[in-house]
Amino acid sequence: MDLSFSTEDEEFRREVRAFIEREYDDDLRRQMAQSKNGYLDKEGQMKWMKKLSNQGWLAPNWPKEYGGPGWTQTQKYIFDVETSAAGTPPVLAFGVKMVAPVIMAFGSDEQKQTYLPPILASDVWWCQGYSEPGSGSDLASLQMRAEDKGDHFLCNGSKIWTTLAQHADWIFCLVRTDADAAKPQQGISFLLIDMKTPGISVEPIVTLDMPVANQQEVNQVFFDDVRVPKENLIGELNRGWTYAKYLLEFERGNAYGPSLKRSIAKVKSIAENELVGTGERLIDDSSFAGKIADMERQITAMEFTELRIFAALSAGERVGPESSMLKAKGSELGQGITELTLEATGFYTQPLMRDTWAEIKGRTNEPRVGPTYAAPVAPYYFNYRKASIYAGSNEVQRNIMAKLVLGL
Amino acid sequence: MDFSFTEEQTLLRNSIQKFVQDEYDFDTRRKIIASDEGMKEENWQTLAELGLLAAPFTEEQGGFGGGPIETMIVMEEFGRGLVVEPYAPTVIQCGGFLRYAGSSEQQEALIPQIIEGKLKMAFAYAEPQGRYNLADLTTTAEQKGGDFVINGYKAVVIGGPWADKFIVTARTSGSQREEKGVTVFIIDKGADGVSTRDYPTVDGFRASELTLENVVVGKDAVVGEVDNGLPLVEKIADEAIAAYCAEAIGAMKVLNDTTVEYCKTRKQFGQPIGKFQVLQHRMVDMFMEYEQSVSMTYMVNLKLEEDEIERKKAASGAKVQIGKSGRFVGQQSVQLHGGMGMTDELNVGHYFKRLTMIDTAFGNVDHHLKRYAKLSQA
Ligand SMILES: Cc1cc2nc3c(=O)[nH]c(=O)nc-3n(C[C@H](O)[C@H](O)[C@H](O)COP(=O)(O)OP(=O)(O)OC[C@H]3O[C@@H](n4cnc5c(N)ncnc54)[C@H](O)[C@@H]3O)c2cc1C
Repeated sequence: MDLSFSTEDEEFRREVRAFIEREYDDDLRRQMAQSKNGYLDKEGQMKWMKKLSNQGWLAPNWPKEYGGPGWTQTQKYIFDVETSAAGTPPVLAFGVKMVAPVIMAFGSDEQKQTYLPPILASDVWWCQGYSEPGSGSDLASLQMRAEDKGDHFLCNGSKIWTTLAQHADWIFCLVRTDADAAKPQQGISFLLIDMKTPGISVEPIVTLDMPVANQQEVNQVFFDDVRVPKENLIGELNRGWTYAKYLLEFERGNAYGPSLKRSIAKVKSIAENELVGTGERLIDDSSFAGKIADMERQITAMEFTELRIFAALSAGERVGPESSMLKAKGSELGQGITELTLEATGFYTQPLMRDTWAEIKGRTNEPRVGPTYAAPVAPYYFNYRKASIYAGSNEVQRNIMAKLVLGL
Repeated sequence: MDFSFTEEQTLLRNSIQKFVQDEYDFDTRRKIIASDEGMKEENWQTLAELGLLAAPFTEEQGGFGGGPIETMIVMEEFGRGLVVEPYAPTVIQCGGFLRYAGSSEQQEALIPQIIEGKLKMAFAYAEPQGRYNLADLTTTAEQKGGDFVINGYKAVVIGGPWADKFIVTARTSGSQREEKGVTVFIIDKGADGVSTRDYPTVDGFRASELTLENVVVGKDAVVGEVDNGLPLVEKIADEAIAAYCAEAIGAMKVLNDTTVEYCKTRKQFGQPIGKFQVLQHRMVDMFMEYEQSVSMTYMVNLKLEEDEIERKKAASGAKVQIGKSGRFVGQQSVQLHGGMGMTDELNVGHYFKRLTMIDTAFGNVDHHLKRYAKLSQA
């Protein structure tokens, strides 16, 4: 056992840090600090992803033959650690980490040539069309129909909770192509759909963080007699469920530890600014300091759990349902930190500021109510309840562990 | 020992329930909070007609002589409806100051106006540096001749935008956090030197930042004794806490009922999700949190008239319970509704937000745990 990195790896770390220092500019930083849902607006997201793309770092998980940087597991880990620690904007997973690996594994050569380069260049925005109003945790029950009409599929139905679909150029969907299959999983196909196709409409869903117009995180996407060319089918008909499961391995990938560390550091900086009414700073208040310490301790446990898993991955082992543990634990710690942020900020969590980017974007000159950091605190606390619901709810993750880890 | 409600109390509850049912369904409330005004004047008049604005005042003052239990009933039902009209600030808090310590002139001038629905008030006590310490005041009132000149700043004054008058705490002597030297004043919103910055809150209420610049008031603006206002302020804060606890149990009850109902009807994997044992246990936990909260709410409301230490302990103990249980019930209601729980369209999130914000009013869990511990050691 050894915790140190090689000299080459340390050199790589310096390179990543230098890049972040140079490219993660003030404008992006200020916007991230005021984000209510963890994303930037379209312009900000594109700005950051283009920078990564130009550097050749947008897709660390892609093999070299498709234009990936060809990093070792350790380098990928370091990149993940450094970007999370700096709190850079998230790379949208839907293209790079979700649909791309499926296309690489199951797509035709033509599909690879058509779809992969624009993803790597960050020219195309993808969204994920899995969940439906009646099918969330029980995804296999999905109902959106794709009827075979010779040269095209005729799609009808709707997808819900589609993240940032209002900005998307393309959506990848699980659709029902065989309603009579023996098992529901067997009648599902994986389709790529151009969002400009006639018959598609996107309705915003307003979440608890109260986004301003067009900044909503999630949407419902309606498909009304949408014609999708046959060549947009990935792999074989009725095999979509297998591909989707393959994709899930990529969906639960990122390390939580580094971003948790960053979040707790933010709590500390707020607690340095807040006074407790004895003249003492909140950070010096023994009970709050105890809460921070207990959170830091748990983050360390998380970090070392992730390191153990990462080491196993580097050694070529497959990581199975233990990744459910990272998702459940990581999201719950993250939620715990949003609670601490809320507590630290006190009654200045109450004022509602819908447009937290207003000054940065030059939309207002009006001074804020309360400290600058206060406005996104409550919205983000409300919003981050999502983390135990999406990407397989934490109840579902525990079901998976009970069954596949414990054999119950 | 008797925990039952009298016939009058039940009638009172029924009349508020009817008001909430008729005038405060979820969609109507959404329209109210989205309106420019942020509340509905007609509702305020209805509350006056129902006699609710008169409830806690004595008969001599023109009221009905209701006690903490009546207030508890009103607030519990308001909690179920997420009523935003400023009952707590006007009637419970500012009305409390007037009832307990107002001069006969103040009482005669203001209480009838409150009862008739013509006067709304807000209690401006918090300051940015003071967090939850009611005595930590940088707002000062300097005696000049027979008058006071007030300067300072008050944060997140709930109901401020609707208030015609404020009750303001200010320091007349002593150092920033000294117990002695706190004085309570009534200030007209229209007085020279008073300015407000109004805004909505995340849970659908309205609040103001209040700036006081050389505001001159006479001796007749003082409520209670000069320099000895803190015990009164604490008493009002504890009564406000008891009222917020009642509001919180009303909100929790709606969340629990709504969640159980949802889990009976929402199907995944071919069965209602309420069949999954892990969710059953979760809902049982929510139920237990609610029941403990009800108990603590009854407890504090029954102990409001006891001696000071008992009252303070009761208030702090109950506020901790409400803070913790409110958080659990709110979070789990969202969780069990899945994506639906995350939407502004469903009522669940609105109750969750209200419960979250109740914790930040008049001291959060940490603050009241400490206060409780200190009182226990005393
Ligand atoms: C912010 C956000 C963004 C999202 N983005 C996307 C996206 O881009 N694309 C997309 O396709 N989807 C997206 N989703 C949808 C997400 O994947 C679903 O919300 C999730 O699968 C849960 O489904 P549901 O909301 O229908 O809840 P339900 O499945 O109805 O679950 C309700 C409750 O029941 C519990 N439950 C369900 N089954 C069981 C069981 N067997 N045992 C125990 N408990 C159970 C759940 O844990 C939950 O607490 C997003 C969701 C959110 C909140």
